[in-house]
Amino acid sequence: MSSTYDRGTVESFGRWQEFSAGMWAWILHKFTGWILIGYLFTHIAVLSTATQSPEMYTDTLQGLEALLVVRFLEIGLLAVAVFHILNGIRLLMVDLGVGLESQHKSFYASLILTAIIALASIPTFLGGMF
Amino acid sequence: MAEHYSSFQRGSMRWLLQRVTAVFLIGALAFHFVLLHFVNHAADITFAGTQARMSEIGYFTLMIVFLVTAAFHGLNGVYNALINMGLEGTKRKVVAAVLVVAGVLLVAQGTYVAVVMSGFL
Repeated sequence: MSSTYDRGTVESFGRWQEFSAGMWAWILHKFTGWILIGYLFTHIAVLSTATQSPEMYTDTLQGLEALLVVRFLEIGLLAVAVFHILNGIRLLMVDLGVGLESQHKSFYASLILTAIIALASIPTFLGGMF
Repeated sequence: MAEHYSSFQRGSMRWLLQRVTAVFLIGALAFHFVLLHFVNHAADITFAGTQARMSEIGYFTLMIVFLVTAAFHGLNGVYNALINMGLEGTKRKVVAAVLVVAGVLLVAQGTYVAVVMSGFL
């Protein structure tokens, strides 16, 4: 069972030293969620070049992929998506009442796994750039 | 008592739908990323390759369901986060209307793009 209580204004980052693991998880989940929905609109906009011509679609995607900054943004996007997925699984477990006493540990595990997966993906994302 | 932070009111329909779409999206998003960045590298993507995938009815259907659930999950998340941050009254109704319109336009444009990619038109 969960309890509700006045947590104050979470967005008041002057209190960040008081934040618990659960609160950091909530803030990071919200932050990564905003990025993902923003990216979804951008993603559909870029893919919409396919409605103009096959050449424009191919040239746009390959042109973007030729930029080093895009490759780094993709690594960032992967990290954002992986954290949102892993913490999302953790949230589902919390809602089901599974492992409530270890939820801070599962948050740290989500962070560590995200870092490992993002670092391991670097060679794939930067492939062919150098 | 374990602490529990969420932007959602537990037990509400919006909370339930967010959880149901989350279960699907965990698999769909992971599949999408692995297929288009690790199996097929993004730098090698061409319209012909995209069309080959999208002309498969199973893949096409998965992408449409992925689009609809991702749009709902994302916009429902934004809506509930804003309510949790104090959005109420007329502003809440206006924000809800804007998010619904944005979601409908996103799904409509995404579906149009998917149909063009598939070559079904």
